[in-house]
Amino acid sequence: MDKKIRVLLAKPGLDGHDRGIKVIAAALRDAGMEVIYTGLRQTPQMIVDAAIQEDVDAIGVSILSGAHMTLFPAILDVLKEKDSSDIILFGGGIIPDDDKAELEKLGVAKVFTPGAPTIEAIKFLQEAMKLKKSDENIM
Amino acid sequence: MFNKSFIARLKEKLKEWDKSAERFRARKSLPRFFTVSGEDVDELYTPDSLKGATDENHYDENIGLPGQFPYTRGVHQTLYRSKLWTMRQFAGMGTPQNTNDRFKFILAQGGTGLSTAFDMPTLMGYDSDHERSLGEVGKCGVAVDTLADMEIIYKDIDLGKVSTSMTINSPASMVLAMYLVVAEKQGVDLKDVRGTLQNDILKEYIAQKEFIFPPKPSIRLITDMMSYCTKHVPQWNTISISGYHIREAGATAAQELAFTLADGFCYIEAAIADGQDVDDFAPRLSFFFNAHSDFFEEIGKYRAARRIFAKRMKNKYGAKNPKSWLLRFHTQTAGCSLTAQQPENNIVRTAIQALSGVLGGTQSLHTNSMDETLALPSEKAALIALRTQQVIAYETGVVNTVDPLGGSYFVEAMTDKMEAEAEVYFDEIDKRGGVLQCIEDGFFQKELARSAYQHQMELEKKDRIIVGVNDFIVENEVIDIPVLKIDKNVEQEQKAFCQKIKAERDNVKVQETLEKLRAAAKSDGNTFEAMMDCARAYVSAGEMCDVLREEWGEYSESQAAMSAS
Repeated sequence: MDKKIRVLLAKPGLDGHDRGIKVIAAALRDAGMEVIYTGLRQTPQMIVDAAIQEDVDAIGVSILSGAHMTLFPAILDVLKEKDSSDIILFGGGIIPDDDKAELEKLGVAKVFTPGAPTIEAIKFLQEAMKLKKSDENIM
Repeated sequence: MFNKSFIARLKEKLKEWDKSAERFRARKSLPRFFTVSGEDVDELYTPDSLKGATDENHYDENIGLPGQFPYTRGVHQTLYRSKLWTMRQFAGMGTPQNTNDRFKFILAQGGTGLSTAFDMPTLMGYDSDHERSLGEVGKCGVAVDTLADMEIIYKDIDLGKVSTSMTINSPASMVLAMYLVVAEKQGVDLKDVRGTLQNDILKEYIAQKEFIFPPKPSIRLITDMMSYCTKHVPQWNTISISGYHIREAGATAAQELAFTLADGFCYIEAAIADGQDVDDFAPRLSFFFNAHSDFFEEIGKYRAARRIFAKRMKNKYGAKNPKSWLLRFHTQTAGCSLTAQQPENNIVRTAIQALSGVLGGTQSLHTNSMDETLALPSEKAALIALRTQQVIAYETGVVNTVDPLGGSYFVEAMTDKMEAEAEVYFDEIDKRGGVLQCIEDGFFQKELARSAYQHQMELEKKDRIIVGVNDFIVENEVIDIPVLKIDKNVEQEQKAFCQKIKAERDNVKVQETLEKLRAAAKSDGNTFEAMMDCARAYVSAGEMCDVLREEWGEYSESQAAMSAS
C-alpha cells in the first residue's frame, strides 16, 4: 500500500482567519492524508522547522491579510537554506491573479484562490506526489 | 392571536391542500429546499405555523409594536421615516494620508458615518517597525503607531460632527485613547464625540483570532474603558458585540445569533461584577451582525435578537431603563458569500443582503464592494457599494413602513425558530461552564469548523449552487475590474514616520506615562485613564501593548481550539 501523504498546514504572518485552512485540513484528512496543523502566527522559520521535523511531503499555508508577496518567498528562502526544497509549498488566500502568477514562478507549486473546491487541492497533492516519486526513482 | 375554531378549520383545509399538492412534489426545481445554514424550510407557512397561534397574549408579549417591548418589530416607533440607517462604509488602507483621502471621498459622496479598518500589525499590537510587521504594514487596513497617525487620518474631519466606528479589538482602548486626544486637540468636547469601538475580544478567541492578552485581563481592559466612557464620553458606543466574524468563520445563522448574544451577556455580567450599574452602561452597548444571502433567515435572526435581548435585560439583569433593553445593531453584508469568479455578480448579492438588514431594522449598514475577494476595494467598487444603499433608501420604498414583514407567517415562524435555537445553545453554553470555559475547551471553534466544512461539502456535492463557482461558470474567465494595489513604498514610509516620531517626542514623558500604565495594570487602577496620558505623550500602541504583555502575558490557542473537527 502507498505511504500516506503527509501535509503540514500553517497560518503564517499575523492574520487569524482560519476558516479556510481548517476546511482544507478536514478535507485532506477525509481524503486519507496525514495532516498536521500548527496553528496561527507561525514564522517562516517555525513552519519549515516543523515541516522538517514532521518529515512532511508538503506545506500548505493560508494568507488573507495581503502579506502573501512577503511570506511565501520567505518560506521558499528558508526551505532553500535548509536544503529542503523538495518539500512542496502550496497555499491559498485573497491573492490577485498577477501575484498568483508571480508566486508560482518563484517556486510556490500551486496557489488556490477563493471558490476553489477542496477536491482540487486533494488532486493537486496526489499528482504532485506521483511526480515527486517518479523523480526520486530516476535519481 | 387567532381563535381556536379558526385554527381547527385551517388544519382541516391544510390536510386537503396537502393532498392536492402531492402530485407536484415529484418534480423539484432545486435539489433541496433549505437555508444557507442548512435548515430545511417548509413549503408553506400559515397562522397554524405560529407559536402561540391561539394564545391571546402572544402578540403583546412576543411581537408588540415598534419601539415597544420586546422590540421584535424594531427599536424605534417611526424607524427610517424619521432617520435612515447610517451608511457607514468600512475603509482604511496604506498610510494615514491614503485613508484620510478615502474618508473625505466617502463623506463627499453622501456617506453618513466613518468606519476605520486597521492593518494587521495595528490589530495585533505591533508597531510598523516591529519585525513581525514585515510585509503587513498598510495592507489590509491603515497603520496606526502613535497619535501622529490618528491626527492625519482624521485631519479636516470634525470629530464633534461625524460619527466614527473603529474596528479593532485587543488594542481597542489604545486606539480609542488616541482618537479622543485628537478630538481634544480639535477643541471638541468629549461629550459630543460619537462613534463605536468594536472592542469585542470574546469573538476574537472564538472566530477572528486577533487576540493578544488572556481573556480575564482583556475583559478588564473593556470594563475600565466602559467606566471611563460612562463618565466622560457618554455618547460613545463602548463595544460592538459582533456576530459578523463568527458567521464569516463558518457559523450558521443560529450559531451567530446565539454565540454573539452569549458574548454580550458575558460582558454584561463582567461589568455588573465590576460594580457598575446595568442601566449606566447597557444603553451604550451595540451589536454587529452579518447579512448573509438567505433573505428570510437573516430577517428572522435580527428580529429574534432584539426579542431575546430585551427579555433578558429586563427579566434576568433587572435593567429598568428601557434604553437598556434595546438591541441596536450595525450590519455588514457577508464577505464570505462573495465570489472571485464573475465579481460583478457580487453587487447583486450585496444588494439583496443589504435589503435583509434594512428589513430587519438595522441602525447602520456597510455594503461590501464587489472586489473584496481580490483585494481591498478600489474607489469605483467602494462607490458602487455606497450607491447600493442609496438606491435601497431612496428608490425602493422599503423605508416607508416600519417592519413591513411583521406578521408574515413565514417571517414570524422564522423569528420564533431562531429564538428557540439560540435558547438551546444558551443552555448548552451554561451547562459547559459559560463562555470563557467554552472558548478554552474549543466548543465554539469546533462548532464553527463543523458548519464551515458542512457548507463546503454541500457546494462540492452541488446540493447548493453558487453562481459562477459551481455552476454557471465562465470558462477561462478574465477578470476585468480594477484591483487596488497598495504601493510597495507604504511600509518603508510608515516605518520611517514611526521612527521619526519616536525620536522627536519627549521620551522622558513617554517612560513616565508607560510606568503609570504598568502601575494601573498591576493594581486595580483604571488602565484607560493611564492610556489617555500615554496617547497624549505620543506613546505608540505597540509600546502600550508591550507593557501589558509583560504584566499579563500573551494568549495562545489551546490544542482543543485549534482542532478542525
